[in-house]
Amino acid sequence: MKDIWTKLATIDRRIIYLLVFLVVSLPMIFRMIMPIRVSSEVKMAFSEIDNLKPGSIVMISIDYDAASEPELQPMLIGILRHCFSKDIKVILLGQWALGLPLGEIALNQVAKEYNKRYGEDYVNLGYRPGYTALMVGIGKEIRDFFPTDYKGIPIDSFPFMRKVRNYQQIDILVGLEAGATGDAWVQFAGARFNQKIILGTTGVVAPDMFPYLQAKQIVGLIGGLQGAAEYETLVRKAGSAILGMPAQSFVHLLIIIFIIIGNIGYFILRKRK
Amino acid sequence: MYFFLFIFLFQYNYFEYIKVYDTPSDEGGSISLEWQIKEEFISEENPIKFFEIYRNEKKDTLLENVGFVLSQYNYYEDKGLKDNKDYYYQIWAIREKDTLKSEVIGPVISRPQWFNKNRFNVLIITIILFIVFLYYIEKARKGERLFVRKISGLDAIDDAVGRATEMGRPILFSFGLGFITDVVTIAALSILSKIARKAAEYGTRLLIPNYDPIVMTAAQETVKEAYLESGRPDLYKEGDITYLTSDQFGYAAGCDGIIMREKPGAIFWQGYFFAESLILAETGHAVGAIQIAGTTAITQLPFFIAACDYTLIGEEMFAASCYLKPEPQMLGSLKGEDFLKAVILIIFIISVIIATFSIIFKNFSFLNNLYEFIKNIFTIK
Amino acid sequence: MIRSQLPLIITFFTGMLLIITFFIPHKPFGDLEQRFLIWYSIISGFTVLLGLDSLVRYHLTKLKREFNIHSLILLFSLFLTLILGFYSWFKFKTPFALNSPFMYLYTYVIIPLQATMFALLAFFIASAAYRAFRARTFEATLLLIAATIVMLGRVPIGSYIWKGIAYLISSIFPKIPYEELAKKEIFALISDWIMNVPQNAAKRGIFIGTALGGIAMSIRIILGIERTYITK
Repeated sequence: MKDIWTKLATIDRRIIYLLVFLVVSLPMIFRMIMPIRVSSEVKMAFSEIDNLKPGSIVMISIDYDAASEPELQPMLIGILRHCFSKDIKVILLGQWALGLPLGEIALNQVAKEYNKRYGEDYVNLGYRPGYTALMVGIGKEIRDFFPTDYKGIPIDSFPFMRKVRNYQQIDILVGLEAGATGDAWVQFAGARFNQKIILGTTGVVAPDMFPYLQAKQIVGLIGGLQGAAEYETLVRKAGSAILGMPAQSFVHLLIIIFIIIGNIGYFILRKRK
Repeated sequence: MYFFLFIFLFQYNYFEYIKVYDTPSDEGGSISLEWQIKEEFISEENPIKFFEIYRNEKKDTLLENVGFVLSQYNYYEDKGLKDNKDYYYQIWAIREKDTLKSEVIGPVISRPQWFNKNRFNVLIITIILFIVFLYYIEKARKGERLFVRKISGLDAIDDAVGRATEMGRPILFSFGLGFITDVVTIAALSILSKIARKAAEYGTRLLIPNYDPIVMTAAQETVKEAYLESGRPDLYKEGDITYLTSDQFGYAAGCDGIIMREKPGAIFWQGYFFAESLILAETGHAVGAIQIAGTTAITQLPFFIAACDYTLIGEEMFAASCYLKPEPQMLGSLKGEDFLKAVILIIFIISVIIATFSIIFKNFSFLNNLYEFIKNIFTIK
Repeated sequence: MIRSQLPLIITFFTGMLLIITFFIPHKPFGDLEQRFLIWYSIISGFTVLLGLDSLVRYHLTKLKREFNIHSLILLFSLFLTLILGFYSWFKFKTPFALNSPFMYLYTYVIIPLQATMFALLAFFIASAAYRAFRARTFEATLLLIAATIVMLGRVPIGSYIWKGIAYLISSIFPKIPYEELAKKEIFALISDWIMNVPQNAAKRGIFIGTALGGIAMSIRIILGIERTYITK
């Protein structure tokens, strides 16, 4: 029979899983909300878009798929709301083929909220394989890669797209990243063509992007669900990120409690030995 | 050399200056324009919306609009032109209430260049890199003894394979989400070759689920050859090295499924991993396998270190082939790498000191210039 | 002989060529890198067939040997997705049209499945952190404390906890005003510092080492010293 300290030092992982499940789901079921502290990097991203004049062009790249949807989709929706509320034109494209439908879903939803029309206020260019070639190529001529939008309609049939040739006509590029494509945007669009870049990344990828922010290679960074919730706070429209933050808060707390319990058990057992 | 470079510096009514010239260090077909509008024409009540660029091949004919740039830019690169042909340009500043037009400027000719001067610093660094590596490789070939520190993750390979054999369980190897174009995948292939040889020796099954079909083919070839070299070609089964899916979490689910069903005794996570790393490594831990990970994906290292028995960190992966097959030439390149690391470290320390002092003593422009000079050497354009 | 030498020659030639073309903008060298990347994209597109062949053959052989429900489900889903994708493509011009059957499959099968797999991470992180974060040594203790502060600093609950601590401090030392102390958000501040300074420093160190290792490995490959990836 194990004594209590041994039990504390070796809790069965299924018990941990069960508690994590409860701690994540209960705040969501009861729709708890907590105040959000806005970090400087998200504020930077927000004010870059906020300072744009109506009619400016923002290009958003969907570089994630359904797995990172909970973290990155609220960012996309927040940014789209921000852009459309300021009459900024949006060009959507993606480096992850399976992520594009998520972009389409968000565009449809937000465009309806702000009465925006396809082709006049936003376009969806779709996906082309080979992202390095594409990122360099857009620096020369966007039509070399996207002569048509994702439905096959020539992009020159959309009034605001007629003037877009390369990065020089795009005010800000927003990369929503779940993998390594964010680095590529910085290396190719940023370093070679001086494109202003904001990156929105999953929580895991965010620490990787801090050096770019420090070196001013990107002008804003939205990291993880917390970043998305901060952006939602700034846009003043609560979405799934703000609703998700309490769950994340409690699960962090739970992990800390487990670490403390594990250490107490470990120390007492070590002392006995 | 500069006979084809036309720079126009005019005093216009509206523009401070306009420069039109063949874009330097390019493949041709491009002319660059730079301009600055006079202070008195920049006002809050009548702001500039954007600049339009007009072009034609003859001076007196109507010019055609070729592009526009936003008002914060004062630079435009006109591309898709024909080389060795005259072009004339005009810039229109479109303001809220009116339009300011420059005079027509030209002719300007575009030409391709044979050397990209912006990359001169990279060329010098590349040459230095090659010289250092070749020097140390040559030195090693001449018989100088080189020391490589212990890498416990690589030493543990034999034990891991041995333990899986004792337990009568298979071995699982994964390249993660790497492609054959990633150098880390090639480094992983050499580790696989060593594992496969041991596995053949002990007669233990080796399972390799794959994310990329080309990597799968390379893995099949490597394992087949290792089995052949160990004299056990009969043990090789193509069905053990299969393609799973090119979807990140689909791959993680597939690997987890294989781990739960086959319960491998040893698992090797070698290659490039993303957010699925912990999902894989924790499942491996749950079945009690001995796990050796190795990746250059820095964000995933903490997860592997937490869940695996051994982890090869970053460059240790690249050193693996030299460590496992200590030929003089291979070791020489390691030595070269270390030398360069020391050089970089020294440059770091010197630049940090100069940068710090240039902030403290702002009056010494020499320090600032020196810092900018060092920064420029290491900036790739 | 030729079988093992030819790949080395091709590697050397292509490697050197691409290094040289980095410095030559003149045609045909200038866009060679771009061209090679496009060729690679084309080839990698075709390798999907290679993967498909491997997958289908493996599971068909398995099914022939004995009835296996996993293999059956896999093959069924594979072909169903393929058929629905092509059908939607022909009917709606793109498989990603919002009302196409492929999109239905995407929204109600692929999204939940991918999200579920990713969500498992939360469970695994909890169990791995519980197991790994033991204060065995001084370094491990530092790591543990840093991790705890970052976890608290990144979520709103950290600020609640800090307010509690601030209340405690100001009630023990009444000279320290609670309001000012509570505003300081110490967990968030320290967490930002950890992420910006020590975290970045360590990461850059590893990154530079990895980059140099990558360069050394590439030079070994180009010069034909590294041959482990080539079979004889």
